[in-house]
Amino acid sequence: MWLLNSSIGKKLIMSISGIFLILFLLFHMSMNVTAIFSEEAYNWICAFLGSNWYAVAGTLVLAAGVVIHILYSIMLTLQNRKARGNDRYAVNTRPKNVEWASQNMFVLGLVVIGFMVLHFAQFWYKMMFAELMGHHAVDLGGTMVSTTAGAEFIKYYFSQPLIAVLYLVWYVALWFHLTHGFWSAIQTIGWSNAIWLKRWQVISNILATVICLGFAFVTIVFFLKACL
Amino acid sequence: MTQINSKIPKGPLAEKWTNYKAHQKLVNPANKRRLDIIVVGTGLAGASAAASLAEMGFNVLNFCIQDSPRRAHSIAAQGGINAAKNYQNDGDSVYRLFYDTIKGGDYRAREANVHRLAEVSNSIIDQCVAQGVPFAREYGGLLDNRSFGGAQVSRTFYARGQTGQQLLLGAYSALSRQVGLNKVKMYKRYEMVDVVVVDGRARGIIARNLITGKLERFAAHAVVIATGGYVNTFFLSTNAMASNGSAAWQCYKKGAYFANPCMVQIHPTCIPVHGEFQSKLTLMSESLRNDGRIWVPKKKEDAEAIRAGKLKPTQINEEARDYYLERRYPAFGNLVPRDVASRAAKERCDAGYGVGAGQAVYLDFAEAINRLGKDVVEARYGNLFQMYEKIVDDNPYETPMMIYPALHYSMGGIWVDYELMTSIPGLFAIGEANFSDHGANRLGASALMQGLADGYFVLPYTIQNYLADQIQVPRFSTDLPEFEEAEKHIKERVDHLMSINGKRSVDSLHKELGHIMWDHVGMARNAEGLKEAIDMLKKLKKEFWSNVRIPGKAGDLNVELEKALRLADFIEIGELMAHDSLDRAESCGGHFREEYQTPEGEALRRDDEFSYVSCWEYQGEDKAPVMLKEPLDYEFIVRQQRNYKN
Amino acid sequence: MDKNINITLKVWRQKGPKEKGAFETYQLKDISQGSSFLEMLDILNEQLVNDGKDPVVFDHDCREGICGMCSLYIDGHPHGPDSSITTCQLHMRKFNDGATITVEPWRSAGFPVVRDLMVDRYAYDKIIQAGGFVSVNTGGVPDANAIPIPKKDADLAMDAAACIGCGACAAACKNGSAMLFVSAKVSQLALLPQGRAEAARRAKAMVAKMDELGFGNCTNTRACEAECPKDVSISNIARLNREFVKAKLQD
Repeated sequence: MWLLNSSIGKKLIMSISGIFLILFLLFHMSMNVTAIFSEEAYNWICAFLGSNWYAVAGTLVLAAGVVIHILYSIMLTLQNRKARGNDRYAVNTRPKNVEWASQNMFVLGLVVIGFMVLHFAQFWYKMMFAELMGHHAVDLGGTMVSTTAGAEFIKYYFSQPLIAVLYLVWYVALWFHLTHGFWSAIQTIGWSNAIWLKRWQVISNILATVICLGFAFVTIVFFLKACL
Repeated sequence: MTQINSKIPKGPLAEKWTNYKAHQKLVNPANKRRLDIIVVGTGLAGASAAASLAEMGFNVLNFCIQDSPRRAHSIAAQGGINAAKNYQNDGDSVYRLFYDTIKGGDYRAREANVHRLAEVSNSIIDQCVAQGVPFAREYGGLLDNRSFGGAQVSRTFYARGQTGQQLLLGAYSALSRQVGLNKVKMYKRYEMVDVVVVDGRARGIIARNLITGKLERFAAHAVVIATGGYVNTFFLSTNAMASNGSAAWQCYKKGAYFANPCMVQIHPTCIPVHGEFQSKLTLMSESLRNDGRIWVPKKKEDAEAIRAGKLKPTQINEEARDYYLERRYPAFGNLVPRDVASRAAKERCDAGYGVGAGQAVYLDFAEAINRLGKDVVEARYGNLFQMYEKIVDDNPYETPMMIYPALHYSMGGIWVDYELMTSIPGLFAIGEANFSDHGANRLGASALMQGLADGYFVLPYTIQNYLADQIQVPRFSTDLPEFEEAEKHIKERVDHLMSINGKRSVDSLHKELGHIMWDHVGMARNAEGLKEAIDMLKKLKKEFWSNVRIPGKAGDLNVELEKALRLADFIEIGELMAHDSLDRAESCGGHFREEYQTPEGEALRRDDEFSYVSCWEYQGEDKAPVMLKEPLDYEFIVRQQRNYKN
Repeated sequence: MDKNINITLKVWRQKGPKEKGAFETYQLKDISQGSSFLEMLDILNEQLVNDGKDPVVFDHDCREGICGMCSLYIDGHPHGPDSSITTCQLHMRKFNDGATITVEPWRSAGFPVVRDLMVDRYAYDKIIQAGGFVSVNTGGVPDANAIPIPKKDADLAMDAAACIGCGACAAACKNGSAMLFVSAKVSQLALLPQGRAEAARRAKAMVAKMDELGFGNCTNTRACEAECPKDVSISNIARLNREFVKAKLQD
């Protein structure tokens, strides 16, 4: 099967799973921003995406996307290291035009996953997962909170400076990952040429910035709200 | 005395090739599979021949000195390739291309060969386009042409300033296809060191594996030499570092005639020499002369001021400039043939009008930039300008380029008959390695044409006429005593070289050879200088064989040994060039004897005595070679003094 | 203005593909800045030969930037610290007096070291042999002007065809990927009507051979394009991806 065997096939899987995850991030970010304007609406969405079959199904698809993206990144990275040969260059420089992110996608990816684990522990584990286990309320800093009351979770975690800062760091890593990831995915699919390459790079930057600023905005607003 | 038989078919000029093809012997497909052909070299001629022969069904063994057949020096040809397509409706025809080539060669080429070349020129363009060679095109989608020296029509097809590259990659792709199909076996990083003759026929070669240093034997039913020219004899030339004359020289030593060795081309537009450390000269394409104007200052004081760095070329106004080519040759102007342009530059510089370090003239684009705009000039010559700027650190858009003639091409080479077969049966020579089509001077954009004509359209036919008799001959064993003997001979030569252990590096001796050649056997030659050169070359040969130093081992990758083996031959080639130059007491094309010039300083040909090809026959180590003459009987055109003035 | 400089060279020396290599340091005095980098190495070798040592082995041939034979990874750049040139076109005026210059061979699993700075790039030939051609035999082809080709396409094809097969792209790539090289040939022939007929077959065959030979996967870092002496664009890689995916979807 060419998708699994050829280098371009494997890259295509990376691209399509990546674009899929970007779409999810866009959705997640929009949902979060809702919380600033209306906590009720946000909670409604959380409830909607609780332990319903369609939300669980969606989550499974999403998880598959993440797993595929990670597995293939490991596979490709190992292959690439091997292709590099045994001896490394003594002097290495990064030419102009080469984005730092582009050469560090795997490391950036690892950072993103690391935070994702934290995020899962803090939110998903106590929300959808808890619900699936049959609980309807979890302990959050001493008070029992409904598993669908997402806004409470946000308020609780983002009021803590350390967690807020960690999340911001996460967004920065994500930003770098996305600025390269998006146009790179389009390039791999082949929807690019000399002119569109530049356009896709601009679009990449805008997309990454919108996503990450959206997330950061929510984090900062709730942190400030807690301070005031 | 041996009679030279050039096997030119009878009949009217335009029908000779057609008649030949109609009557030649062919080899049927089943028999082709049983015949092996060795092709040495992978340039335009070698690659196109190897690919075409394999396509026809022969088994081909192809040898390449570099790490890949795509590196052959044909790749460096810049300007273009001629063909008589007449796409520009400017009056071109097969006859006109034939005539221009004969005239450009100063009437020292064979009529029949050149006419055949002009005839197949059109097929070459068709073939290359079909292979995906991206020739320059007009907006209407059809092919574009440019003008080149020695012609009054635009018949040169080009791919930016990289025509040679694109044509070679076309031939290389065809060759690669055959390698992939296992019809060609590719030997890379191998250098041919001897040709093996069995019962008077070429039956194989000895090649040195450049990685292991081992000598290996290869047998075949025929051997094709496509190893290019020998102008690296001069050390400094536009040829690549590995370009050498050794394969041709080994053929000569085994009995193949060496023809017109004195005829080498000095290209007028190269970047001037700038230091003793210099390893090669870089060509600036002849196509630049389409739009560039060549000049030196009119006044000696100005030239002196420029050399002293007190004056810049842009400060010299129009009236004080001497556009000497336009002045001397109004009809062709800056587009006179190469030999004429080179000598004119030397004349000005010798008279004290040279710029730079004294050995340079200007090639100016100011007028072209004014007329066409910088964009157009950049589109036409951008890559050449960039190349110039990287080497010289001067911007040719703002200040004129400096150029000077340099060794470029050898019209002389292994003698071949009409079938491209040498005087040894079964040994063929194609491309620059043979002497055939350019006479005493080659026109620009004709080398690519000849290389591909030989490889695609001539040799694949003519070789069958020979091989048709060989179908009963079984494959040879490389254990035959002739192979044994040849290998032993080379091994002794290598061991001798390694044992000298003297004081001088190969390069230092090669540079000395270069100086002798340039000073005495260069752009202007005379009897006294040539005799002196012969003496000096004898001494240099002795010095080389007693004082060269080669580190490392014989049976290993050893670059110095490779160079030494080539230099040993270059010294002998140099000697033969000097003998031939001395012998040819006339001036024609690239061969200019100071004793023989017109009152205006143009070359003075002596058709009554010298309209022949000089074919040198080897007689043995330290014996004077014997010269045989192949008369050049012109049946169809009348020889004239070349005239590019009006 | 060019002057003479003194430099320190750190050169990778390695006996053979299986043996371990190491850097050796050499001092060179009074090198003209007008000399090319390879001429500087000639001077070093002359010095080594005169001292009875083995000269440094490096690939080179045309010395005018077109044959693709020269390689060398100089101070962290394939073909050295200048843009749009090959090593043979690099001149010593790019270096200052007293500079230490590190010279390494191409390092990529696809290009094993032969000796010192010389590597084996036959893998690129094998990729071309797999499909980098138009399957036409000599003779029997239509007139060159029979098929008009839009100038734009011909120019784009020429841009791609400018590739000299030097291997700088794979050498520069942190993944040891040969995609720029492969894409240049696939693009050139896909853009021209003559090559269109077997475009799908070509893309599949060349990519398969590239994978088989152990080259890495493209992650679009653009290092290849930045270091390419002939400025071959990665838009060719996009075209290759397109051709390949299209070809596979058609199967």
